[in-house]
Amino acid sequence: MDAAELERIEMDLFVQALQKRHGYDFSQYAPASLKRRTHLLANQLDCKTLTALTNRMLHEPELLPRVLEGLTVPMSDMFRDPVMFRALREQVFPLLASYPHINIWQAGCAHGQEVYSLAILLEEAGLYERTQIFATDLSDRSLQRASEGIYPAQEAQQWSRNYQAAGGKRSLADYCSAGYKLLKLNQRLRKNVTFAVHNLATDGVFCEAHLILCRNVLIYFSNSLQNRALSLFRDSLVRAGFLCLGVRENMDRSPVAQAFVPFIEPERIYRLASHLDDLVE
Amino acid sequence: MNVPAAIAIGCSAGGVDGLMTLLGGLDNGLQQAIVVCCHRSDTMDILSDVLGRAATLPVRDAVEREPVRKGVVYLAPAGYHLLVEREMQFALSADARVNYARPSIDVLFYSAAEAWRQGLVGVILTGANADGAAGLRRIRQLGGVAVVQSPADAEAPAMPQAALDAAGADYCLPLSDIAPLLNRLCLA
Repeated sequence: MDAAELERIEMDLFVQALQKRHGYDFSQYAPASLKRRTHLLANQLDCKTLTALTNRMLHEPELLPRVLEGLTVPMSDMFRDPVMFRALREQVFPLLASYPHINIWQAGCAHGQEVYSLAILLEEAGLYERTQIFATDLSDRSLQRASEGIYPAQEAQQWSRNYQAAGGKRSLADYCSAGYKLLKLNQRLRKNVTFAVHNLATDGVFCEAHLILCRNVLIYFSNSLQNRALSLFRDSLVRAGFLCLGVRENMDRSPVAQAFVPFIEPERIYRLASHLDDLVE
Repeated sequence: MNVPAAIAIGCSAGGVDGLMTLLGGLDNGLQQAIVVCCHRSDTMDILSDVLGRAATLPVRDAVEREPVRKGVVYLAPAGYHLLVEREMQFALSADARVNYARPSIDVLFYSAAEAWRQGLVGVILTGANADGAAGLRRIRQLGGVAVVQSPADAEAPAMPQAALDAAGADYCLPLSDIAPLLNRLCLA
């Protein structure tokens, strides 16, 4: 048996142990990335093998938050894929503006860069005051960081370029304060944001949303878990509500994908198909 | 040696000319899947068009969840790591940069090594950092074949040199000899 086979057994045992010990089910995550992240986590925690990591995870319950954060947190930037944010601002927001109250669900918000990006765009569009953003993640630690809104300042230049490319009307500096190599987003931006724990693998519908953003989260899921999450989004959206995925995501393997029609195809912005449209077809 | 099932190629941003030479020299009847990680900026979207004009085989950006097909050259898309699942589907990752790069050669090579084992040929071309060295070591560890462009022949020797230092190589050749070697290995 070679090293890779052995690691495969260790990986299976880790996933099983995490499920049995703490109830978090990662068995439906895409294996290659999950394995990478598990290895990175093992390195960070000075575990020489995945079995050593399993051992610590089982016997040191206080490690759980770090484990969950390590297994789930995707890197994000503010206004990553500026063209998508510009499309939101120019083509989706004007339609959302017709609602007296707007609910937005940011699913898998990680450290919150996109939550603040969204809040800034909403403010500039004059919609923030009547919007409620639900920012959810399965990791407590990620939610904690997201609500703090503090990021390394080294990212600031790129983020500022992204903000401009997304059609930003002011300067990103107007929305944050910088110091000690850190950048802190203005707390007024989270006035209408509710951070909450939600697991796309196991939890259900909790709000009626006009817009759902879930970018570069489902890419880590197996086809069946991707389908589960998409059905959750379908059931959470208002009639003709909007769904935003990452620009490289592929729903072709998901039966539920039929419920969504492309709104701005290259930016992966979709709309919930209405029953009326079904009849016309 | 058995006929390989796949070829994985890594180079940094300056390696596009080298890739054009290599892909232009491959036999158009190759039955292998070819996966390529070329460092590029997050907005460099036209690489598949550029390489497609030079290559003998079809070139496209890999799409997540799609099956890996033989006789096609797949590129890691801008801004994402590319991985190959054991079930021979592509997966993408938006995780942090590795060796300052996303896509990273190491990420692609690690997953490809585990998907194809001894059926994989890993190739490192010109490049300015050490990305790919650990991945190439993993490929050899799991029984695959390592090909490295000779550093003396490379525009930027750091990447092939790092690969040689970390992994060694079954073949260390100038760029012009690499496509003929791959044809020989793959058509055997």
